[in-house]
Amino acid sequence: MEKLHNAVRRLREIPWIAKVSGTIHRFTQHMEERRALAISHPFWVIVQKEVTDHVRSWRFNILLFLILLTCFGSLYTSITNLVEETRKANDADDPFFFLKLFTLSDGSLPPFHVFIGFLGPLLGIGLGFDAINSEQNSGTLSRIMAQPIHRDYLINAKFTAALLVIGVMFFALGFWVMGFGMFIIGIPPTVEEFFRIICFLLLSVLYVAFWLNLSVFLSIRFRQAATSALTAIAVWLFFTVFYQIIVNLVARAMLPSEAASPQQLIGYQQFILNLMRVVPSQLYTDATTTLLVPSVRSLGPLTMEQAYGAIPSPLPLGQSLLIVWPQLTGLVAATVVCFALSYVSFMRKEIRSR
Amino acid sequence: MDEFIIELEGLTKKYGDFVAVDHLDLSIHKGEIFGLLGPNGAGKSTTILMMLGLTEPTSGNVSVCGISSTVHPIEVKRRVGYLPDDVGFYDQLSGRENLLYTARLNRLSWKEAERRVDDLLARVGLQEASGKKAGKYSRGMRQRLGLADVLVKNPEVIILDEPTLGIDPIGVKEFLELIVALSREEQITVLLSSHHLHQVQQVCDRVGIFVAGKLLAQGNISELSRTLFSDKEPYVIEVGLDFSTAEGMNAMEAVKSHLLGLEGIASVRVDKGRLSIGSTSDMTAEVARILVNAGFGLKYLNTKEYGLDDIYTKYFEGGEVYGKTA
Repeated sequence: MEKLHNAVRRLREIPWIAKVSGTIHRFTQHMEERRALAISHPFWVIVQKEVTDHVRSWRFNILLFLILLTCFGSLYTSITNLVEETRKANDADDPFFFLKLFTLSDGSLPPFHVFIGFLGPLLGIGLGFDAINSEQNSGTLSRIMAQPIHRDYLINAKFTAALLVIGVMFFALGFWVMGFGMFIIGIPPTVEEFFRIICFLLLSVLYVAFWLNLSVFLSIRFRQAATSALTAIAVWLFFTVFYQIIVNLVARAMLPSEAASPQQLIGYQQFILNLMRVVPSQLYTDATTTLLVPSVRSLGPLTMEQAYGAIPSPLPLGQSLLIVWPQLTGLVAATVVCFALSYVSFMRKEIRSR
Repeated sequence: MDEFIIELEGLTKKYGDFVAVDHLDLSIHKGEIFGLLGPNGAGKSTTILMMLGLTEPTSGNVSVCGISSTVHPIEVKRRVGYLPDDVGFYDQLSGRENLLYTARLNRLSWKEAERRVDDLLARVGLQEASGKKAGKYSRGMRQRLGLADVLVKNPEVIILDEPTLGIDPIGVKEFLELIVALSREEQITVLLSSHHLHQVQQVCDRVGIFVAGKLLAQGNISELSRTLFSDKEPYVIEVGLDFSTAEGMNAMEAVKSHLLGLEGIASVRVDKGRLSIGSTSDMTAEVARILVNAGFGLKYLNTKEYGLDDIYTKYFEGGEVYGKTA
């Protein structure tokens, strides 16, 4: 240690290093002073506080740990299967080898994107379910509202902060998986694959944003945090479990006879699919599979005429995006509706202490 | 003192059919401590919320520092500090961090915010607890932290909603002293709402009595008692005399008629050794002189001014109409 210390000191004595380090030191000091004197906009002050709260909260860290764990698990299964895959299937023309990291699974553990589709809502609900009612119950809401800020700053800032946290987390996770993948399998992603993954991550953030907004709305609606959390989870369970069952019942009841014309059959199929697509999780699954599995060419039934003459090759990114455009729009719309609802009800809410 | 800093004109707030605040007119001078006194549910908090622009009035005008609270709530909130009843802080942050957050919301830079917050924490006597989590503060400490929080923005007006609720008597005394000191030193106008008469009586320059959405009377305590008890006697002099003999009784009768002949004395009641004299002005010295001259032994002499207590009782229990609202 002594030697290292001396070495550092000797290094410092070299004129140009001393000069450079002095400049850096002055610069950082200058920046610090500027920061101490800078006046930030109240909106960003709230965002900053909310982000700090999220990152320091037990809740977020537990969710993060859970997601990291599943992420690691699915990465592990996909990598072990990737080796198998390359050995047996000799379709070297598959240009989307890297994307398999996110989608491949041997059935013992679901792949990455399914996990995110499952845990994402939980994350969104976890970050939003007590956004407003906890402030109200602890008596801080009226105190904050008595400060010279617009009322919507609070709700906008809460949304922005949670979205920032989610965004950073998802991108970090995505890049982490990518980095690990490159490190282990030794193949870098192509540009297109890279953009597909970016699109997938953006989509995941959007999907979580939907659940976040829903739970923020519920947190305004219900005064008890527990009620709003339970309601949000109930909605989530309904959409992931019961809705499918109901749709299946409807489908069975409406099953056309065997003598039905192809038009009728297609109409029936479309109807059932559209019923399924009311649910945001279905939209998300549709969109992610299309983005991550380029060979998916359509999300509905294809007629022979449509399939005839098609070259069995993966779609380019633009075409995949085109297929999922309705899903994307639907998700954005659902998110915006939830946000608008919470915005309006928050602006109309009368703020009393406790 | 002629400048009004808070002016309410015909302020009305209805919740459906329920009228919470009914055509309220109120003016508060700059630099005074005004007490808004009323039972629970009288509409005090609603009025305060309307002053801050947190609730829209159904009709009427509110102006604070010459700015309309309904149209420019942000400007008003920049000048007015509000301490809600049962103020809350972020439990996971320390007291100091809570105040820093408020300071930064009021557009102070870090440096400025830190300087101000440390000053204020010292002022309210919390510098030792400043690093402690706000969740671990006692009720009294929270209230003091709340006062510091209100002062962070350097307000012209502070509005305190039931500030002494749930603090022990010594805490209350200290807290009220702090408020008075602040108001006098920095010329801050204070509006204090409460249902504790004695505290209001201790600190307020003027008091407004507020029942069922209406301001029934306003003024300082003696003004109030004069207006409210003008039909009776605002002053009651109680005298203890040393006599029991029949001779004394006769002399008593003479004195009684003498007293009743004086201008300003409305009634004289005799009850053995005690004499209770109601008057419209302060006649204590005169009464004492007459009694001593008449040869009575004066045991004690006590002038009773009507306090808020009596005023309160008169309004809140006397009237059947208002009796139910409390």
